[in-house]
Amino acid sequence: MSETAGGLSIRGLRVVFDGFVAVDGVDLDVAPGDLRFLIGPNGAGKTTLVDAVTGLVKATGSARFGGQELLGRDVHRIARLGVGRTFQTAALFEELTVLQNLDIAAGAGRSPWTMLRRRGAVPDDVAYALETIGLTERRDVLAGTLAHGQKQWLEIGMLLVQNARLLLLDEPVAGMSHEEREATGELLGKVAGERTVVVIEHDMDFLRRFAHTVTVLHAGRVLSEGTVAQVQSDPKVQEVYLGHAAGHDEPVAQGAET
Amino acid sequence: MNPLTNLSPRVRAWLGFGLGAVVLFAAAPALLTDFRLSLLAKYLCFAIVAVGIGLAWGRGGLLTLGQGVFFGLGGYAMAMHLKLADAGEGNMPDFMELYGQLDELPAWWAPFANPVFALAATVLLPMLVAFGLGSLVFRRRVRGAYFAILSQALAAAMVILLIGQQGTTGGTNGLTDIEGFFGYDLDDPVNQRMVYFIIAGVLLALLALTRQLMHSRYGELLVAVRDSEERVRFLGYNPANVKLVAYVVAAGMAGLAGALFVPAVGIISPALIGIVPSIEFVIGVAVGGRAALLGPVLGAVAVAWAKTALSERFPGTWTYLQGAMFVLVVAFLPGGLASLWGLLKRRREATPPAPEVGERVLVKEVAA
Ligand SMILES: Nc1ncnc2c1ncn2[C@@H]1O[C@H](COP(=O)(O)OP(=O)(O)O)[C@@H](O)[C@H]1O
Ligand SMILES: [Mg+2]
Repeated sequence: MSETAGGLSIRGLRVVFDGFVAVDGVDLDVAPGDLRFLIGPNGAGKTTLVDAVTGLVKATGSARFGGQELLGRDVHRIARLGVGRTFQTAALFEELTVLQNLDIAAGAGRSPWTMLRRRGAVPDDVAYALETIGLTERRDVLAGTLAHGQKQWLEIGMLLVQNARLLLLDEPVAGMSHEEREATGELLGKVAGERTVVVIEHDMDFLRRFAHTVTVLHAGRVLSEGTVAQVQSDPKVQEVYLGHAAGHDEPVAQGAET
Repeated sequence: MNPLTNLSPRVRAWLGFGLGAVVLFAAAPALLTDFRLSLLAKYLCFAIVAVGIGLAWGRGGLLTLGQGVFFGLGGYAMAMHLKLADAGEGNMPDFMELYGQLDELPAWWAPFANPVFALAATVLLPMLVAFGLGSLVFRRRVRGAYFAILSQALAAAMVILLIGQQGTTGGTNGLTDIEGFFGYDLDDPVNQRMVYFIIAGVLLALLALTRQLMHSRYGELLVAVRDSEERVRFLGYNPANVKLVAYVVAAGMAGLAGALFVPAVGIISPALIGIVPSIEFVIGVAVGGRAALLGPVLGAVAVAWAKTALSERFPGTWTYLQGAMFVLVVAFLPGGLASLWGLLKRRREATPPAPEVGERVLVKEVAA
């Protein structure tokens, strides 16, 4: 039931690169409207998991969203089923303006006739997204000239107008200032609920403030899953992150950043 | 401040087209001798090819190193019709009679006797071939240098095919001695002028069409595909289709250019459509500035003019000069001559204005 309403359901997901098993039989359920954080040490397979779900790398097993099997489809077909993602390094069209970036993101369903004409007024959904991500004033500047934080927001805005119902965000707040992180966290809080959000993140403060649920990945497997408190008190998690130093609660800080 | 920069882009575009029309339709015919004007007609044919390359390469990042194929398809389609018309109904073209191997017209020549079929074929045949090739290539994600090499291979294959079929294609000589153009005698300077005017008109019309395409949502998407194909895919588009449109449009333009080249110059032959001319098309575009609308046109005309002027005076050195020019532009002025204007303006105003879509150009596919 939850699955058809826009939940993500992964079963036995496996990704192998030339004999190296990067994702090793992951089962994962994300309920509709959840704000799930996916954490784990560097190389745990987090990015690869997102790559598999979005069709970038070949995988075996199953990944269903809204009742539809995603594995085996082309990247653009998966996107059309409502799955959107961002990348560890911002991937915008730097030579196009903020407005053009959003307009392209909103347009995969447009007719050839619409495509061959100019954009008249700013489409409503694009205007709304510009407000949401706070870039209305900057809509005519080139995306390449935006500040780091703004680029990440623009990426999230693109997912909104793309009408993604599942957002997979790969380290969206890496390199952001404290204020930018707060703003991003609040934005994600707003977005979740109507949509399902999965965030890959290392920052523990950020996670505690905004995560609804957490999954810990380690060496391609799910190590632990639950609320923030449950995961933090899980001895297995403490072992992986800290080597038994229980009680310390800055687990991921060192060596985690890519 | 320059008063021109205060005008809306639309008004400036109209002014630009007006100026272009005055230069092409009034100034050039008034100032140039018949001989020079017919040379200009030839250069404008290259400029039409260049407009298409500007779209496909400048905006779409497709290094189309085989446009000679499409130019040739259009040229041969037109020349076949004109040869048949010259020969008169029921007769074979002169060269077939001369070689004397054939008793009757080959079946694949016959439809070209019909002017409507032949005219449609000059544009549709290249587009069809581009569609077929593009569908195969873009879906398999052949990119960059591989795509360029494949384009070149196609040009080479077409030349070999034409030369091998001497009896029906005229072989190395090509189709020559074309005398009439839909009932008009091409030896008459008045009719040569008419051909020039047709070519100039077609060029302006295609520039308007291309400008519309570049400013449409499709044009923005094409730049997005050029700069980050993967990202476009994750937004739910199939980039193969986006590229295919630009490639097919560019092929249609090259075909039309080839068709117009035939009455302007009176010949089409393998030497005009093979690997070397295909590369020369691209050099003109690179020199002029591939991502700007007018850059390819100016570059194509300038390079073709320089070729005529310099190879008259220093025969043998042109190839090296051309190569040197290409390398210099790629290394020091990747936006081509068209970007000089922007550079100068920026230097004067000292505040960097936001460049237009695609004005800044990446060197990477060239280098790849
Ligand atoms: N394309 C690839 N080819 C080979 N190995 C890869 C590839 N992508 C990722 N890996 C390996 O898979 C493992 C998981 O990587 P990744 O998913 O990027 O980890 P994370 O995002 O959790 O830091 C790493 O050991 C990485 O080296
Ligand atoms: Mg990663």
